[in-house]
Amino acid sequence: MELALNQPAPLFKRLSWFDWLFAAIVAAGALFALSRFGDYMDIYEKAILLAAIPSLAVFGWFWKPFRPLFIGVGLISLFAISQYQGDLGRMEQAFFLKYLISSQAAIMWMCALFGLATLAYWAGLLARSEFMMKTGSTLSWAAITLGFVGLMVRWYESYLIGADVGHIPVSNLYEVFVLFCLITAMMYLYYEARYQTRQLGALVLLVISAAVGFILWYTFDRQAHEIQPLVPALKSWWMKLHVPANFIGYGAFSLSAMLGVGYLLAERGILASRLPKLEVIDDIMYKAIAIGFAFFTIATILGAMWAAEAWGGYWSWDPKETWALIVWLNYAAWLHIRLVKGLRGPMLAWWAVIGLFVTTFAFLGVNMFLSGLHSYGEL
Amino acid sequence: MNTAPHSFGKSLFELMSSMRFAISLLSILAVASIIGTVLKQAEPYGNYLIQLGPFWFEVFEKLGLYDVYHAVWFLLILTFLVASTSVCIFRNAPNFVREMKSFREHVSEQSLNAFKHKHEAVTQLAPTALAASAQRYLEGQGYKVRNLAREDGVLLAAKAGSWNRLGYLLAHSAIVLICIGGLLDGNMVFKVQQLLGYKKIETRDIPQSQVPAISRLGPSNPSFRGSVQIPEGSSADVVFLNVADGYLVQDLPFTVGLKQFRIEHYTTGQPKSFESDIELFDKSGKKIKEATIAVNHPLVYDGVAIYQASFADGGTRMSLRGWNLFAPTASSFPVEGVVQQSTALTSGAGEYTLEFTDFRPFNIENMGGDIAPAGDAMAVLGSSPVSNNKHLRNVGPSVQFKLRDARGQAREFSNYMLPLELNGRWYMMTGVRESPNESFRYMRMPLDVEGNIESFMRLRGALLNAELRPQIAARFARQALPQNAWGTEIEDKLTFSATQMLALFAEGGFQSLGRFIEEKVPAAERDKAAGTYLRIIELAAFEALQIANSQAGLPPPPADEATGWLVRDSLNSISDMFVYGAPIYLQLMQYDEVKASGLQLTRSPGQNVVYFGSLLLTLGVFFMLYVRERRVWLRIKPGSALLAMSSAKQSIDFEKEFAQHAQALDTLVK
Repeated sequence: MELALNQPAPLFKRLSWFDWLFAAIVAAGALFALSRFGDYMDIYEKAILLAAIPSLAVFGWFWKPFRPLFIGVGLISLFAISQYQGDLGRMEQAFFLKYLISSQAAIMWMCALFGLATLAYWAGLLARSEFMMKTGSTLSWAAITLGFVGLMVRWYESYLIGADVGHIPVSNLYEVFVLFCLITAMMYLYYEARYQTRQLGALVLLVISAAVGFILWYTFDRQAHEIQPLVPALKSWWMKLHVPANFIGYGAFSLSAMLGVGYLLAERGILASRLPKLEVIDDIMYKAIAIGFAFFTIATILGAMWAAEAWGGYWSWDPKETWALIVWLNYAAWLHIRLVKGLRGPMLAWWAVIGLFVTTFAFLGVNMFLSGLHSYGEL
Repeated sequence: MNTAPHSFGKSLFELMSSMRFAISLLSILAVASIIGTVLKQAEPYGNYLIQLGPFWFEVFEKLGLYDVYHAVWFLLILTFLVASTSVCIFRNAPNFVREMKSFREHVSEQSLNAFKHKHEAVTQLAPTALAASAQRYLEGQGYKVRNLAREDGVLLAAKAGSWNRLGYLLAHSAIVLICIGGLLDGNMVFKVQQLLGYKKIETRDIPQSQVPAISRLGPSNPSFRGSVQIPEGSSADVVFLNVADGYLVQDLPFTVGLKQFRIEHYTTGQPKSFESDIELFDKSGKKIKEATIAVNHPLVYDGVAIYQASFADGGTRMSLRGWNLFAPTASSFPVEGVVQQSTALTSGAGEYTLEFTDFRPFNIENMGGDIAPAGDAMAVLGSSPVSNNKHLRNVGPSVQFKLRDARGQAREFSNYMLPLELNGRWYMMTGVRESPNESFRYMRMPLDVEGNIESFMRLRGALLNAELRPQIAARFARQALPQNAWGTEIEDKLTFSATQMLALFAEGGFQSLGRFIEEKVPAAERDKAAGTYLRIIELAAFEALQIANSQAGLPPPPADEATGWLVRDSLNSISDMFVYGAPIYLQLMQYDEVKASGLQLTRSPGQNVVYFGSLLLTLGVFFMLYVRERRVWLRIKPGSALLAMSSAKQSIDFEKEFAQHAQALDTLVK
């Protein structure tokens, strides 16, 4: 009886010992990195590293599953690094590196696991099997873990190639596609737990599978997985902020588009009994677009500030910039209609689906068809 | 009811502040923006003319499509967007501020009863006691609460999330601010001056000192974004602004001097950094600043930001050797050149203008075939992301130039300074193309064992020399025939055919021999004839080289495999010469490199306005999306309590919260 009246306790009192342990691990890791590599960082990079401590800690407190993910990725990555013994050649010899946790092996495992997760979610959806869908979630978590390990190890490998070649792996289309898969999957898993519905996994994992397909084609056909040194324009601490923020946006918009598909299917009676209620789909779709819009706004602003430093102007109407604006305008209009007009229903779902095409063009199409200042990720 | 028609002003106000108008503007802006990404912007007008044809070129030009984002109609859309947003703010702000402050304490019981979200509970508690505990509860939930006495009990009016409305105001003012900042940095001032006839775009290619004042902008111009190329050891006190099909000259408040420009490379050859050591001088020539700028590391001085934007050749001086390829001699002539300058070239091949366009100290080329991708999945699983760049190699300096004939026709050439190794033999490479859209087609010329091109040139001269032909043919026949055939009719015949072959070859290489065979030889015997002719030419060419060597006072070439390859390669090269497209070959002998750094200088007073607007936008977006505005009323009378709740946005979270409050009330009333 008293429970209903309990006031929400202050944040710090709600934290468990594990929350504090997690924060301590984050801080220890960052401070160790700062003491060991601080001499190679400029003031901005140090600031980013220090700001990461509270950001990651609070994020872990807010979304509890992030804590084991972070620690797990950290441990596996450190193990992989220890296996290298400072020698790139070990990639081909050491068993764990060769088959499991060298960057390329880990990313390929991520691809495979996302594929399996997609199958599991679909089997669960069609057979109404909670167990299969749970398997889908577990496989997705495994894929995310290996994907992050892949990026972390890739980061390390890039420094083994050459001290001047090393850089954070968010610098080309291959790397950001991996990041896209990870962010989209993490966002989906957040909503899955929050709304306690696993039925949407089948749809969301489709867009991740498409990205995985692209990664595989890009690897096998174009050898895009090769680590290349940075062009001078990308050598900036801004990259560490601009690119991830952008991909939170792209990931969220893709997620919302797949939810839009789910909404339209359920509305027409297709899979309706298997999918969650329309209000739930609609609500997650709105939430995804809201978070995507907020981060896309930040990413575009950060991009403008970077452009002011690299290209001599915060806005040059470069095709990528212009398409970012178009994406932004698109979702701004979406939010206006929803928030101000209070409109719901299939129209907004359609719009979210079309939004995916606009977003995809901004993300990929611009690199494929238009040339401009952003030509780092050419196909 | 007011049936009188609205005045025009009122209607306009209604339209401008309407949601539909705002959404339409967002859509129109998005669509208009697409145009500029599909059609390449700010290209030289000639390119558009070729691409579109004269009719559409003019239509597109009138519509301002070559610089969409500065076209009048585009700026008009933006202006409408700013106006619409401003009107929206103007219309809503007072109301919103009132709403943020208000607790809506005058709500009647009747209207509370009409709420969709309401919950009634029976209570034995005194109204004031229940009000006190409910107020504690609501405040614990983050609500601001007013406790108001009513004649028969209490009304609690509570609100939370008022910042949602603040978010609206912040985000929308931010849009206005960002657009104003953007306009400040745009070229509005110039546009107006241009419309009024005070300023004019310069389209002629003349030295900047000769650009008249009407095409110059003073150093006090508040905003500009221009670029300039400065060779090492030189300085500039202007930048050029590209406008439409011409340019403007912007005078700078200081002089920029370039001491040195550096490029660093990764081991793979990709550029790693571009840096310029620059100095700033004031108008009296006093040095005021010295700095090194690099990509991502500009220098800001006196409100002007100086960026490393590009690099180019700054007038490298070169010594070259030229050969008249179709002259019957091996002799060369010296040529002196400076990049970005042209010289007249008078040789036996006619009158040409030689325009040196570029010099490159490095050329990184992929010298190997592509690596076959690994086949099996396991290999890929463990495959290395370390790129295999062993095939990338620096092949040394190259010079680009155009050779323009008397009719004004030009071809572009790219000649490497150093020889390249192909299949174990060394060649000089020269590339040619008709237009910048094509890639270079390369002709290669063999080097002799000493690594010189002279043997090839001697052989070429001898083979093209009609006077030497009888002598070559005679020597060839002597060598080819056994001694008992010497002086016979067979020898005469062979000499005659060899002369004929040599003459044909000198006319157009293997191509003209091929044509000859096609015309004169029956189809069945062509292959055999071709083999024979090839053999004759090769052997005759070897004799030609002997003669040429002895004429030049050199020892005869050894009759070994190397000479054989030299002769064969030379014959191929001479054949290629006829399709090469230039009567001369220029070999780069020496250079004294002068680099130039491309700097971009900007003054953008609107930048901080835009950044401030961006900050407001970010805050506004978060407040709007993540602060939910809710109101709760609790009307307590002796014996009963009525809970009502409202929010501008109905959502699942809202339903959950209402259920929670209703449950809390049920607990509290006991």
